[in-house]
This record gives sequence, structure tokens and C-alpha cells, in this order.
Amino acid sequence: MAGLAAIFGSGAMTNSIREIEGMEVIFIIGSNTKETHPVIANRMIKAYRKGAKIIVADPRKVPMTKFSELFLKMRPGSDVALLNGMARVIVKEGLENKEFISDKTEGYEEWKKAIEEYTPEYVSKLTGIPKDDMIAAARLYGKSRRAGIFYTMGITQHACGTDNVRAVANLATLTGNIGRESTGVNPLRGQNNVQGASDAACLPNVYPGYQRVDQDEVREKFEKAWGVSLSPQCGVTATEMMNAARAGSIKAMYIMGENPVFTDPHMHHTVEALEKLDFLVVQDIFMTETARLADVVLPASCAPEKDGTFSNTERRVQRVRKAVNPPGEARDDLSVIIDLSRRLGYDMGFTTPSEVLEEFGRVWPALSGIDYHRIAKYGLQWPCTSKDHPGTEYLYKDGFPKGKVPFVPVSFRPPVEIADAQYPFVLTTGRNLYQYHSGSMTRRVKQIESHAGDAYVEINPEDAARLKISDHGLVRVRSRRGSVDIKARITTRVSEGVVFIPMHYHEAAANVLTNDALDPVVKIPEFKACAVSVEAV
Amino acid sequence: MAKIKIDGIDTTVAEGMTVLEAARNIGVRIPALCQHPKLTPFGGCRLCLVEIKGFPRPVTSCTTPVSDGMEIVTTSPTIERLRRTVLELILSDHPNDCMICEQAGACTLQELAYEYGLRENRFAGERRVYEKKDGNPFIERDLEKCILCGRCVKVCDEVQGVEAIDFGYRGFDSKIVTSFEDDLNCEFCGQCVSVCPTGALTGKQWAKHGRQMGVKETDSICSYCGTGCTITYHVKNNDIVRVTSKEDTLNEGWLCVKGRFGYKFVSSPDRLKHPLIKKDGEFREATWDEALDLIADRLKKIKREDGPDAIAGLSSARCTNEENYAFQKFIRAAVGTNNVDHCARL
Repeated sequence: MAGLAAIFGSGAMTNSIREIEGMEVIFIIGSNTKETHPVIANRMIKAYRKGAKIIVADPRKVPMTKFSELFLKMRPGSDVALLNGMARVIVKEGLENKEFISDKTEGYEEWKKAIEEYTPEYVSKLTGIPKDDMIAAARLYGKSRRAGIFYTMGITQHACGTDNVRAVANLATLTGNIGRESTGVNPLRGQNNVQGASDAACLPNVYPGYQRVDQDEVREKFEKAWGVSLSPQCGVTATEMMNAARAGSIKAMYIMGENPVFTDPHMHHTVEALEKLDFLVVQDIFMTETARLADVVLPASCAPEKDGTFSNTERRVQRVRKAVNPPGEARDDLSVIIDLSRRLGYDMGFTTPSEVLEEFGRVWPALSGIDYHRIAKYGLQWPCTSKDHPGTEYLYKDGFPKGKVPFVPVSFRPPVEIADAQYPFVLTTGRNLYQYHSGSMTRRVKQIESHAGDAYVEINPEDAARLKISDHGLVRVRSRRGSVDIKARITTRVSEGVVFIPMHYHEAAANVLTNDALDPVVKIPEFKACAVSVEAV
Repeated sequence: MAKIKIDGIDTTVAEGMTVLEAARNIGVRIPALCQHPKLTPFGGCRLCLVEIKGFPRPVTSCTTPVSDGMEIVTTSPTIERLRRTVLELILSDHPNDCMICEQAGACTLQELAYEYGLRENRFAGERRVYEKKDGNPFIERDLEKCILCGRCVKVCDEVQGVEAIDFGYRGFDSKIVTSFEDDLNCEFCGQCVSVCPTGALTGKQWAKHGRQMGVKETDSICSYCGTGCTITYHVKNNDIVRVTSKEDTLNEGWLCVKGRFGYKFVSSPDRLKHPLIKKDGEFREATWDEALDLIADRLKKIKREDGPDAIAGLSSARCTNEENYAFQKFIRAAVGTNNVDHCARL
């Protein structure tokens, strides 16, 4: 997200879901849309029925390939090579958008030199994608002026995640496929309110609305708004918090609605870090793996039990309404925080959710036009700067906030851990259709458990035959960090040498194996590629 | 554009629109069972028959495109007699068990039978009997209630792109089948359930939890992925009994298996119900005052001794904007550090 913001000005999806229908070319890279965003996939299928051409690039033959004109089955972590290669084809064949490049961008000539080495032959070697398919994809995307790119964690969850995002942005910039209706770059948000949690600045370097904490005039504005003096120093990210806790420099943590023991890479490290804390508070709806380590556990309420708003992947602020009462003495998180803050001697200055949104709009103009009354039926997309502003369907209609869009040269770097003699497979992780994230919600739904309750590792038939692994047979998957025993699912979805484990199952947790190597800019862990060995047990 | 007349009302509509759509546009209601605004027309149920001046016999309005100068009559003694006969034929092969049907009160067929006052049936006779139950965990398929309107087949193909079901067999033996007539094994999005005009397709977990009476509907937003589908919770006795979505929403009424059928965690017995404080490695129940006082004391002490940067907060993409805003404000303004993050990266 930070990667995209640095280039275009915002890290959000530039188009809206409705606009998918009007796209001519849909390029999906590193997103298993049909399983992780099924209803967005419905829109893509609608576009397909209207004649849109779909390109899918993924290490796995994901269900969306049923509708794709071209499927580029790539090696995990070779995205930069593919994207640079496609860009080079577009330049060589003169398909670039010359007008857009000269009017709206900078750094083109220098960047052009940097992609020179990504010849189709070289790219094919790095990615495993047949040369002609890559060229065809480049032509399809490059010739269109109404194309959308969609990506999720398959692009970002790499130690080179920021580079991947830059390479995506370069491709859109090269063709001018940005800033118009049905034309743009669209990171799909994996969780209901990731967009909102980011907007609200549960982030260590910014105040609400992406306003930097290390700029004096910004800090002064917030000091005035909140009536308190604030720290001028950027905080640490979630993954760094764990390291700091282990090192002893962070002594207390307050975790609201998160299960980092399960969702962070390299699980043993996370447990060690949280155990080392002097004091841990966890506020959640279930006794999660993380809550078990806490000193105090507070019972929270879940979405159907409270009023508020969520901001979806297309920046739309939508109304969440209370439908049932929480169980026992469980309370909504907002009232708990207000209460606790008072005990620490600070009055939050609001009591109801609508008052919070009003304050949010006062400190961040992009939300100032949104109130509960206006979003009673349909949500509004920010920026929405006044009470009569209709909201913003797609970004950059009137240019880019930073002026020119930079081309940022990026070069291919293999994953931090590559397959070797001892760990000959590349493990990639993700979600499946039925389960959700750490499973604390879906695994408590009987019907879902009965249908998709077993952990599994996807392995190619050739590999399975060689290792004498049978379908549904137990295998041991080992990495440098740990090992899990898990049932094999033999499928051509994955290529030879690649295995896939969904992240949801605590009894065979993928994150025991994954690498906690981080992207140097945004500190995202490399969930999508690490080296493992597989053997029948 | 085409100038047409519907039941004596002059109107101008876009070329290519069907007669049924044109009529609905100006508020003229034509009954239909197989037609669905988001699916291609089928013309299977024959309820939407209309008379068009110059046409030798009534035509199905859902499959007839308008053309300039058309004069359409949507209701007449002949038309109503035909519709009544069609309904009688459908009902002659439909179990009369509305009393125990999950969809009673939300069933288009039931409404039409009510509207036409059909109690006796001239065509009563043999009925299809299907004893095999589909063993899938999500969708109840009661084929005896199926009127073969084909909406489920179309939605599964056109919208979901799955093609899990189709028409099988002929005539009286016709039914909606899966491949090899196995148990349904699809994405279980339940789009078919949402478009079924009868009780043939329902959610298995809905059964006996509540239909219409005493059920309150609340519109909200799904709490799974970032798409932000608008959903409607159906609640009875503080329990969610159904999740549906309306057609005029951002998501056009479509949901996925998690959004439609993944709500039972809310009432899970595992839910935390009291604040808990750990003492000697064991959790014990505490009051909110005890728990919050303890947290405040410990945070104050650590802040005093080690500085605010020794404290960190982790928030959640599960929580609302308001909760997240309050949380970061709490960490920044009340604790005094910028050590706050959430799970966007994970």
C-alpha cells in the first residue's frame, strides 16, 4: 500500500467495483479472486460476459483461469521479472501511451534502460512462463486503454513486495491505464475493514488520513485537535513490535481483535515475544491462541453486535448496524477504549460512533462530507469533501496529487529463501473459499467445518508420484523454522516443485513454516515463498 | 427509442427492452416466476403472457422485445384465465405444505396462489416424489417443491460461472440435477437459494429457526473480505436465523458461502462473556471495573518507568472505523506513543 501511495499518491484501489463491468482487459496478478473476493469475481464474470478479456498470472491454476484468455503460470516470487518483461514488449512494439508518458510522468528514459535486460527469453527462464504467452499478455494489456490491474497478497507478501507493487504501477503508467473510468490499479483488500483501519491510522507513521507524524505542522494540528502533546517519533510496525518485545524494549501490548500468534510468520518467535512481555491485554470475541498468553482478556463484540462503519476495498464508507446483543458482559470495543482512556486521565471527547466519524471528518477533509445520515442506504466513497459532494468513484480524474507519476526502476530479486537440495520445494500460502484468515470465525461454523475442515497441502501429481505420496495421505512438510504433518491433496493446480498450504488451520499451521523475512520498506513478511521439504509419513 | 402503449398508457422505451421490463418501468405489474431481472430471459413459466395488438395469440412478455407502435394489454379475462390455468398446473405438482415450509411468507408461488385464490385444483393427480436427500452441508434441495423455472441453473452459470446444475430428463421426469446426480458439490455461494421463487432451495441451517413472524431484518455490511457486500440479518430472539442480500445493493444481491452461510460463529458457545484476569497462570472471571483498573494501573506504571514507547497497540481490520480511530487516538493521546499498527500486512 505504501508502495502504491508513493507513486500515485494513494494506496487505495483507484476504481470502484461497479467499474469492473466496463473494463476491456482485466489483468489479475497474485489474486485468487474467485475464492478470496468471490463477489468481485462475479463482477469480473459479468465483464467477461460482455466481452472483457481476462489475464491471470499466478503460481497456481486458480479458479478464475476458467474465464481467462491467457493464464501465465509463474514461479512464486517472479512477479517483477514478468511485469518488467511485459513492459519491455510494450515499449519494443510501440504500444506505450506516449502522450500520457510525456504529460504526466517522469523518469521514463532512465527506467526504459533498466528494463532492457528483461528479454522474453530471460523472463521465460525466470518465471517459467512460455515466451509467447508472456508476449501475448503484454500485447493484450498494452493495446488496451481501458484496462484494470487487480492484485492482492500474491504481489505484496514478499520480501520484494514493494518492488512488485512498483512494477505493477510502472505497467499501468506506461500504458496510461490509470485515472479514468474502468481503468486503473486495484489492490483488493483481504479483510472487511483493512481500508478503514489504515485510513483511521492504526499505522505507526501517520495520523488519520495518512498525515505524517514526523511533520511538525501536522503534529501541531493534531495536538490542537486532541488537546494533548504528541510524540514526534514514528512508532514501530506490527512485525517490529514482536522483535522489540523479544528484545525487551517493548514491555506491554494491547491487542484488539488480532491473533498475531497465528497470523504472523514464524509462529514460535511470536509466542516467545508475547511471553516475554510484562503485560499483555487482548480484547477479542474468542479465546484465541494470542489471548491465551494475555494477562487480561476483555470480551468484545463482533460486527452484527455493534453500530459503526466499515470502509470497503473501493474506499466506500458503509454503515454497519447492530442486529443482536453481545453475549454475557461482552462490550463493543469503542466503549471499552473510551472507558480505559478516562482511567488513564484522558477524555476522548466522544461517546457514540457517529460522533467519532464526525471527529474523523474534522481531522481528515476526505471524510468531511460523510455522516451517518448520508450513508443510511448507500455508502459514499472518499474523497468526499463536503456534505453535497457525491463521493469519488475513481481516483486521479483531475491529475495526481504529487504532480508527475514517477517510473521507478525495479530489478528482479529471487525470494530470500530459494529451493535447494535440502528443501527442494517452494511453499506458497493463502486462503481457500470456505475458511477465513485464522479461522476463529469460520471454523466455528459447523457447516463450513464439515465441508472444509481439514488442513491440506496441494502438491503436483508428478511430485507426489516421485515421493510415493497418495491423495489424502499424511505428509510432513518441513522448513528451516518448523514442521507440520498434513494431508496431501494431489492436484495440477500447483506446478512441480511448488506446494500450497491454506493459512487457516491451527493444527497444521502454515505459519510454523513461513519465513519472517521482511520487505525493507513496508515490513510485510514473505508469506508467499519459502523453501520446504516434503515427505510421506 | 420505441413508442408503445401499455394498458392504454403511452410510453417511450429503449429499443431492445422486453415488454415485461417496459411494463415494470411504468409500474404495471405482470406476474412471473422464471423471469429474474439479473438473468437472461427464459420464457418457461408462461405466467407473464400478454396480448399484443396484431399478434394472433398471447405471447410471453419476458421474451418479447418491444417495437415501435406496439399496443400491449397485460390483463384481460382471457389472460387471467390462462394465468390461472398455468398456476393450477404448477400447483398440481407441488406439495401443499406451506405450513411447514421454510419459505412460507417469502414464496412467490404462494403469493400468486393467494392472489388467484386457488384452493381447489382441476388438475390434481400424480405428483413427483423424490426421496433422496442431498447430503451437502449448506443447501437444502427439495425437488418436490421445484417448479423448474430454471433460475438456479441460470444464476449458477451466468453469474457464478460454476455450472454445477442443469435440467435433466424429460416431461414429468424433468428435474434439476447435478453431475451424475451426486450430492451438490459447488462453491455453495447460495445464489440459487436467493433466486429460487419457491421453497425448493433453502439454507440447511435456516431450518426451524424462524421464517417471517417475529423475525426482524437489519441491513448491515458483511464482516468477511474487503468487498463490503450489503447483507440483511434476519434475527429472532437475539439469534441470527438467516443472512440475505437485497438486489439493489452494491453487490447486486450476490454473496459468497462465508457471507451467506458463515454466521453461526456469532452465537458460538465459545464466545468470551466476561473479562478474565490471569493469576498464577490461570484465568479467573473479573468485573469490568477490576479489569480496566488493572490495565490502567499497569500501563501507567510501565509508562512512568520505561516511557510510553515501551507500550504498543495492535488494532484490527475486523473492527469498525470508529473503533480503530478511537484505538489509535488512545495509544497516541492517552498512552503517548506512535507504536500502533494493524494487520494490513498479514
